[in-house]
Amino acid sequence: MSLINEIDYGTPASKSEKLVTLTIDGMKVSVPEGTSIMRAAMEVGNQIPKLCATDMLDAFGSCRLCLVEIEGRNGTPASCTTPVAEGIVVKTQTERLKRLRKGVMELYISDHPLDCLTCSANGDCELQEMAGVVGLREVRYGYEGENHTTLGKDESNPYFTYEQSKCIVCNRCVRACEEVQGTFALTISGRGFDSRVSPGMNEPFLTSECVSCGACVQSCPTATLNEKSMVEIGTPEHSVVTTCAYCGVGCAFKAEMRGDELVRMVPYKDGKANRGHSCVKGRFAYGYATHQDRILKPMIRSSITEPWKEVTYEEAIQYAASEFKRIQEKYGKRAVGGITSSRCTNEETYLVQKLIRGGFGNNNVDTCARVCHSPTGYGLSQTYGTSAGTQDFDSVEQTDVVLIIGANPTDGHPVFASRLKKRLRQGAKLIVVDPRRTDIVRSPHIEAAYHLALKPGTNVAIVTALAHVIVTEGLVNEAFVRERCDWEDFQEWAAFVADERHSPEAVEKYTQVPADLVRQAARLYATGGNAAIYYGLGVTEHSQGSTTVMAIANLAMATGNIGREGVGVNPLRGQNNVQGSCDMGSFPHELPGYRHISDDATRASFEALWGVNLDDEPGLRIPNMFDAAVDGTYKGMYVQGEDILQSDPDTHHVSAGLAALECLVVQDLFLNETANYAHVFLPGCTFLEKDGTFTNAERRIQRVRKVMAPKNGYADWEVTQMLANAMGFKMDYGHPSEIMDEIAALTPSFAGVSYARLDELGSVQWPCNEKAPAGTPVMHIGGFVRGKGKFMLTEYVPTDEKTGPRFPLLLTTGRILSQYNVGAQTRRTANVAWHPEDVLEIHPFDAENRGIRDGDYVKVESRAGSTSLKAEISERVAPGVVYTTFHHPVTQANVVTTDYSDWATNCPEYKVTAVQVSPSNGPTPWQEEYEDLTRKSRRIAAEAAE
Amino acid sequence: MNGPLMSHSTAEKLVYMANQIATAFAQQSHEAAVEATRTHIRKFWDPRMRAKIAEHVAAGGEGLSSVAKEALEGLPPVRAA
Repeated sequence: MSLINEIDYGTPASKSEKLVTLTIDGMKVSVPEGTSIMRAAMEVGNQIPKLCATDMLDAFGSCRLCLVEIEGRNGTPASCTTPVAEGIVVKTQTERLKRLRKGVMELYISDHPLDCLTCSANGDCELQEMAGVVGLREVRYGYEGENHTTLGKDESNPYFTYEQSKCIVCNRCVRACEEVQGTFALTISGRGFDSRVSPGMNEPFLTSECVSCGACVQSCPTATLNEKSMVEIGTPEHSVVTTCAYCGVGCAFKAEMRGDELVRMVPYKDGKANRGHSCVKGRFAYGYATHQDRILKPMIRSSITEPWKEVTYEEAIQYAASEFKRIQEKYGKRAVGGITSSRCTNEETYLVQKLIRGGFGNNNVDTCARVCHSPTGYGLSQTYGTSAGTQDFDSVEQTDVVLIIGANPTDGHPVFASRLKKRLRQGAKLIVVDPRRTDIVRSPHIEAAYHLALKPGTNVAIVTALAHVIVTEGLVNEAFVRERCDWEDFQEWAAFVADERHSPEAVEKYTQVPADLVRQAARLYATGGNAAIYYGLGVTEHSQGSTTVMAIANLAMATGNIGREGVGVNPLRGQNNVQGSCDMGSFPHELPGYRHISDDATRASFEALWGVNLDDEPGLRIPNMFDAAVDGTYKGMYVQGEDILQSDPDTHHVSAGLAALECLVVQDLFLNETANYAHVFLPGCTFLEKDGTFTNAERRIQRVRKVMAPKNGYADWEVTQMLANAMGFKMDYGHPSEIMDEIAALTPSFAGVSYARLDELGSVQWPCNEKAPAGTPVMHIGGFVRGKGKFMLTEYVPTDEKTGPRFPLLLTTGRILSQYNVGAQTRRTANVAWHPEDVLEIHPFDAENRGIRDGDYVKVESRAGSTSLKAEISERVAPGVVYTTFHHPVTQANVVTTDYSDWATNCPEYKVTAVQVSPSNGPTPWQEEYEDLTRKSRRIAAEAAE
Repeated sequence: MNGPLMSHSTAEKLVYMANQIATAFAQQSHEAAVEATRTHIRKFWDPRMRAKIAEHVAAGGEGLSSVAKEALEGLPPVRAA
């Protein structure tokens, strides 16, 4: 293995289809019009010296190192800023150019510290490399002149250092922050010799607006911005391309290694989801993999009041299997089940559902998508015929109008948000439907044309009102609808939405959105060119989550915004493999590939390969499992890589369900909150320690590659296989690729997927089969998967979770950039520097009414329970609305959320809880009790003396 | 309508859920709404839930909307595991 170094062409590729032919150093080359001479030279393998240029950024032309000569033209133009022209003859290496470049390098080096041997970028420094390239042998000015070595280092950021003395003011970091990340946190302050990179107004990096995405570090050609891990460990010697284990964007990274030590994660330029960009989580927050809290040995206990006892894998597996068998014998076959992990690989998820269906003999399997995007599965399946987003991320580059509903991409899906912001800066228009003023509503060089700050819980009313305007103002794309959709359904739907009760004026009284804004937003969406909808959990986590998804699908069909690039309906999926876990048959009613368990032919194909008879009845969904456990009919559960106690709503009910189980098996990296109620703990392994695949929000299947041995001894799929064998359900896979081969053999939409295909193409988007051997970037081209698109009637039904005198405020929950889901991983990294605890955002008006000051402890109480946390006074939320995150178990925001759920899928209504907020002195009694329970539950018995 | 939070009783919760489903299809004709509700429950509710609601229907079906009740009355009986 060696270090993967992608070619840097110096400037971005031109998208022109017209070719231009020129001669460079005697070689003819044809490149797209608009290509720089620098890039054209690289196309024929001629690397022109450069410092300020890199192909992730637009040309800047400041370093004067990439000079060339062009026959018939005066001077020595910079090759990065000079576009190719037909017939020109370019020379990149002449005596004059050599002399000029040496002169430039002499100036750079004259004030640069010459500590190369002890510099953290030694061997990874473009300045050092260019000094060699231009043949620099002396610096005529000497080294005694003025320099910047007294300026010191900014080490405030937990992950990288800023060493000012090494800065050559190439602006690459500033431009990366602007062009790639879109945060505009950096600038060059001072003039002339005093020019230095400045975060914000000369603030430390940590407290500036920097979001720590790493783009500046990646672009820095010297040691000025350098990963602390590089400073500490040294340069890597080999690298492996793998896929990030955070969020549904699915960024490809090079895991750069020294031996089996991870030196750094560098975004992979050929990654088709991230195109070389990253966020603070994927780029830096991998320290949890080696955190001291990791449990590396299996443990068992007969009661949750006992301390854990470390045992061998064999003992733990045998104990779990014997308990599951005992429970099934006593209470029936359907008394056990399990939950697959949306953080684990496709292969592991497939195996867990296979164990439950084939080994347990029932369909009591579910996954975390139940509590996030299950309404997407239902809604898009009803309208379009498939349970996934319609586009690839590249599609946004063709979008003219972006409609974001209930999503906060800059926090939840930051790398996609950067691509989206780039398109918005190019002139695409933005409409945001969200109760909060999220960052995307107004950020540098971006402002939403319309922000519909609706009252939480009124999505259906707003989206149907948008449809009302489109239909009643004659903005329907009738040609598209007639050709592609069921015309009778459309007519019924059009008459339904045209009713006056769905007009923006009629719904304003409960959505609280001015009717005129709704009308203008609808007109823009329908007439602004290619319009694309991106939505998140603000759509799905409601009692009408599925209805809103269908209302969104209706909008896209009515305006013809589906079935080509630049348009579509795009659910931003939460966890890294939540799309994959759904694809792999994690829902209790569906086998892999979204085929209902009652379908005899589908079941027969699985039965033939698995050698067992399958139950044809749907199993329990996660909330139903808790209900059944409390009822006493569900007694055993296998949970892989999910922390349902912290992530699921109405914690009191969840804990009652878990406490009622006779055998709970938890497989995880850490003793998570769910493990407080577990009887068997099986150590999990990280994405760095195993092979497999993840599927991201754009249906893209990408390889996860092992870069180090599992610290716990086994990959997760191996542990599941051991449990299956102990249950008497034989599995003998030697490698995850064999599991993928089985998935492909049984799942039509995955028929063309194999590790060989993934290695060849880098990634593929399903459906990938005979019809689409290279995958399907955009779905529903020419026709919907279900045939004709189906319009669905979407009546607004208010939630039963209502405010009143006791609970006058509406709580909505979400997440923040630096933390991920329940925080099990990110809380065990330096990301806590940005978000050490959950806080409650409350509007100044509501705070003042309650005598609450910024930073005060407050109690949040609902009909379900109460918790306490600190208040943050903020105008991001409207009066009457409060907001918090659920990253910290100390807070347990879900103690407050209720068990109201989506009518179709039981997806919990996290986004609407009626609460009261009052000043508090500290933790609630429940928080104190829970802390005590946790402390006792995490005791591990000392090993007996020999 | 009382929410399930009034009680964590299984029967009350199932009645609430069945009514929610029936309400979601309420814009269709009565027959279509009944059929859609029945199909949805048949497709997504596990046998335990269907058996529990069947018991409730047999005991009079208190709290169920007319569409939900009619849909549930036409559900095929649950087979033993």
